[in-house]
Amino acid sequence: MSALGKVVRAGVGRKRVQTLVMVLTTMMSVTACILAAGLLVAAQGPYQRSFADQHGAHLNVLYDPAKASPAQLAAAGHASGVTASAGPYPAVTVQPRSGEDTRIPPPGSPLPPMTLVGRAQDGPMDGLRITFGRWVRGPGEVVILDGHSPLAVGDSMQFPGLPGQPTLKVVGLAASVSWSADGWVAPEQVAGLTAPGTTPAAQYLYRFARAGTDTEVEADRSALAAAVPPGALTKATSYRPAQEEADRTASTFVPFVTAFGLLGLAMSVLIIGVVVSGAVTAATRRIGILKSLGFTPAQVARAYLGQALIPAGIGTALGVLGGNLLSVPVLGLAHKALRGGLLGIPFWVDLAVPAAALAAVAGTALVPALRAGRLRTVEALAVGRTAPGAKRAAARVGQGGQAGQGGQAGQGGRGGRGGRGRAGVAGLLAGLQNGIGRLPVPRALSLGLATPLNRPGRSATTAAAVVLGTAGVTLCVGLTLSLGLLQDGLEAGRAGKVVVEAPMEGPGQPADQVDEAAVARAIDARPGTRAWYSSVPTPVTLAGNTGRSEAVAFTGDVSWSGYQLVSGRWFSGPGEVVVGSTYLRTNRAKVGDTVTLTDHGRTTPARITGEVLTTGDFVFMDRAALAPLGGAVAAEAISFHIDLTPGTDANAYANALDGVVRPMGLSAEPGAQHINIVVLAMNTLAGTLTLLLSVVAGLGVLNTVLLDTRERVHDLGVLKALGMSPRQTVGMVLTSVCGSGLAAGLIGVPIGILVHHQVMPAMARAAGIGVPETDLGVFDPAVVGPLILGGLVLALLGAALPATWAARTRTVTALRTE
Amino acid sequence: MNTPIIRIRGVSKTYDRSDAAHPALAGLDLEVRAGEAVAVLGRSGSGKSTLLNLVAGLDRPSEGAVEVDGVAVHRLGEAALAEYRRRRIGMVFQFFNLLDDLNVEDNVLLPAQLAGMRREQARARAGELLERLGVARHAKAFPGRLSGGERQRVAVARALMNRPPLLLADEPTGALDTASAADVRDLLRGLNAEGQTILLVTHDTALAAACADRTIELLDGRLVRDTAAVPTPGGVL
Repeated sequence: MSALGKVVRAGVGRKRVQTLVMVLTTMMSVTACILAAGLLVAAQGPYQRSFADQHGAHLNVLYDPAKASPAQLAAAGHASGVTASAGPYPAVTVQPRSGEDTRIPPPGSPLPPMTLVGRAQDGPMDGLRITFGRWVRGPGEVVILDGHSPLAVGDSMQFPGLPGQPTLKVVGLAASVSWSADGWVAPEQVAGLTAPGTTPAAQYLYRFARAGTDTEVEADRSALAAAVPPGALTKATSYRPAQEEADRTASTFVPFVTAFGLLGLAMSVLIIGVVVSGAVTAATRRIGILKSLGFTPAQVARAYLGQALIPAGIGTALGVLGGNLLSVPVLGLAHKALRGGLLGIPFWVDLAVPAAALAAVAGTALVPALRAGRLRTVEALAVGRTAPGAKRAAARVGQGGQAGQGGQAGQGGRGGRGGRGRAGVAGLLAGLQNGIGRLPVPRALSLGLATPLNRPGRSATTAAAVVLGTAGVTLCVGLTLSLGLLQDGLEAGRAGKVVVEAPMEGPGQPADQVDEAAVARAIDARPGTRAWYSSVPTPVTLAGNTGRSEAVAFTGDVSWSGYQLVSGRWFSGPGEVVVGSTYLRTNRAKVGDTVTLTDHGRTTPARITGEVLTTGDFVFMDRAALAPLGGAVAAEAISFHIDLTPGTDANAYANALDGVVRPMGLSAEPGAQHINIVVLAMNTLAGTLTLLLSVVAGLGVLNTVLLDTRERVHDLGVLKALGMSPRQTVGMVLTSVCGSGLAAGLIGVPIGILVHHQVMPAMARAAGIGVPETDLGVFDPAVVGPLILGGLVLALLGAALPATWAARTRTVTALRTE
Repeated sequence: MNTPIIRIRGVSKTYDRSDAAHPALAGLDLEVRAGEAVAVLGRSGSGKSTLLNLVAGLDRPSEGAVEVDGVAVHRLGEAALAEYRRRRIGMVFQFFNLLDDLNVEDNVLLPAQLAGMRREQARARAGELLERLGVARHAKAFPGRLSGGERQRVAVARALMNRPPLLLADEPTGALDTASAADVRDLLRGLNAEGQTILLVTHDTALAAACADRTIELLDGRLVRDTAAVPTPGGVL
């Protein structure tokens, strides 16, 4: 091995802790960047990628085989615009109940209607990808569409209304990019799921030459309908809703991942800069020795560049590995939220991120390495004997400093060259240090508080990294709180600990004859009722509406429902409506406008009093507003949402009320809690990135304190010789980061709040909604206080290890250290 | 001068266990009485600094007992050793070991502040010491501005801040020019004349002759000579 190689190897091996810090810092940074970059790349058109990968279908069509022969159905595959088709697959629409093996919902609970298709996993179109469990092996098993059913693998569904009361066990979850069915069974199973007197439908999947817009897809559907006998095409579902939802969801990820990515990048650059330049600076005397032995400036620069790149290279490699490993669980959730399209970290990200990281390290190391190379040998040898504070003290002395003897004596002359400017800054720092020294705190602590002034540049850089770390934590906390509130608002339509509505299945009294007053009386009479309201869709339309708004009328006390207003106020009676963001955007309307409600030729004006938080295109109004329009409602879809007094058992209440409302054609069920996979994915990703950023910030502090402690280890020995106890030593080292930690909190938290206030609305815009002010204002004192202290905690955690080392350092050893 | 302030019994110190044949100290017995000024002489590697470190509680003996002012130093834990160093000893080093980023007064105040002495009391004591040692005019100056002799005076002031019964000096003139060395020599002699017990490690036989009323010599970790000298009158405190 060459002399240069030996020098590099020895340099890396000797400073083990520093090397480890550099490895860990680059590893964490690269891991965070891989995750963030991977998701950002995946968020660009995720649906299109999945659609291509899984050979998605533009239209899923169900035909009634009784109205068209197999030949006629096959011939539809040659209809205008069709480029490919697959089928027929037998399909039935069923209304199952949860089986005995099911935990959520409880056994016997009605499940939403499902279209089950008998087909193989692979096919010429809509290849199904198993996300959990396995594919069906025969009758009695079902694979369900991932993310669309409350059932999990191992659960079962039963069909009490069918002959033989068949039961299907859920053996797997599958992703279908076309949402071609709600579940898949063995083809021979379909007959057993078909109600007596009916025949299974025939499912065909189609791709078209033109299907980029809803209009084109509708034209394609019409072409198919025209190609078969009238009435044969019973149902056609487009890929467009799935595409729009996936793209919208993907775009909501972009703002916060970008924010975290930028925070992480800035922080990584700062920390790597501190670590690398600190490593070079700490070795200045060694550089002097090397030069005195004949190393050229270029060799010295190469040696120190190499010493930085070796641990950084190891850290980068580990970071790539860690990022890809972490991407499995973290991006797996995002994958579900995006409905596919996230098939791992792209290979080029695995190349680009480490290349950028190593370039950043090399760039950062180059400056101090070149400086080291240019350093005069005699200066380098002297610098190594000097604590940084001494240089400043020497600068204060100015050119008139008296050279004395010994190691410390040579400082005055060197510092004297610093010039008037440096002396001025040094004087300012000295003044600060004196001021700190006069603080009414134990001397060990005031010494610690003044420590950052010895290396103000390094301390400021590290504090900046902690600022960014604190900002990241603040952003993560804010996002979690805001998304939780936003989720509550979006779920307001499902409010109620108990919900009364028409059952999904089974015979009962026709719902359009429901006696609402009787139901209301039953609810009011039931002990445990705290409040209730009813909502019902109406046929009312808004004159001139260019969208497809659904008008919903409310009765009762809606105040507890959780509906949130982005702006304006809730309607207070007839003549007022609140609308969703979609309505305002589609119709270029605004709160305060007056619209005309229309139903069967009757009209009545209504003023928009508020914008309600909802992803749907809804217009909400008071039931009384329907009076001038005839009062027609879709009674079969009415639902009563009931809030209970604290301590009331929702199940018992629902069972008791069910007995009363069942004869009225309704059923009472406990309200269900819904987990929003998108919010869960965002929280998980934000939490993971925040954790990584916090660790990087902590490592930065650790490295800085370690460098400071090592540079001043001789002073530490003196202090210990003068009687500084281990506890005082720990206190001094920990206090050295308190100022920067607290300042980081005071600066980082407002930055985090500022970023949060930019990111949340951007995410909401991407999702097509507005953000209520209350969902943004999550930073009350109870949240901000701990966050500010978070910067301090982050700094203290980073300093804890070096503080322990400092306390354990043997006095004799420290005093001997040059 | 009859009470032993330092009792060293059978002390051995080996730094490298595999090199037990060459201990830094080998079965050393020594007593120093209160008020004595003892100079420890010897060549490099003879064990002088090791002896000083053991007495200062900066290092621990491999064998034997070190007792200073009634305290079994060899049995103390780290926190107790810190307390011991604050209260019972003052140290003067060859290279002064002043903290360069603190001014002279703050350097001198340090031991008192670490010991928790009241601020006013500490400042008064520091002022008194700086005045008597002739460096009061440099109280607000940083050590880099002082001459070697002045720095060593400041170091002595710092060592005396908590009124320790024992002053340890490790080559106190080793880094000084002739004039400054004489200055420090006079200072130590004066302190001893006022009753300050001093254990002085030095190569400088002139310093030993001038300051010490007793000289011991170490060779390969063993005491090879223990001789009394005639004390020189005079004092500054």
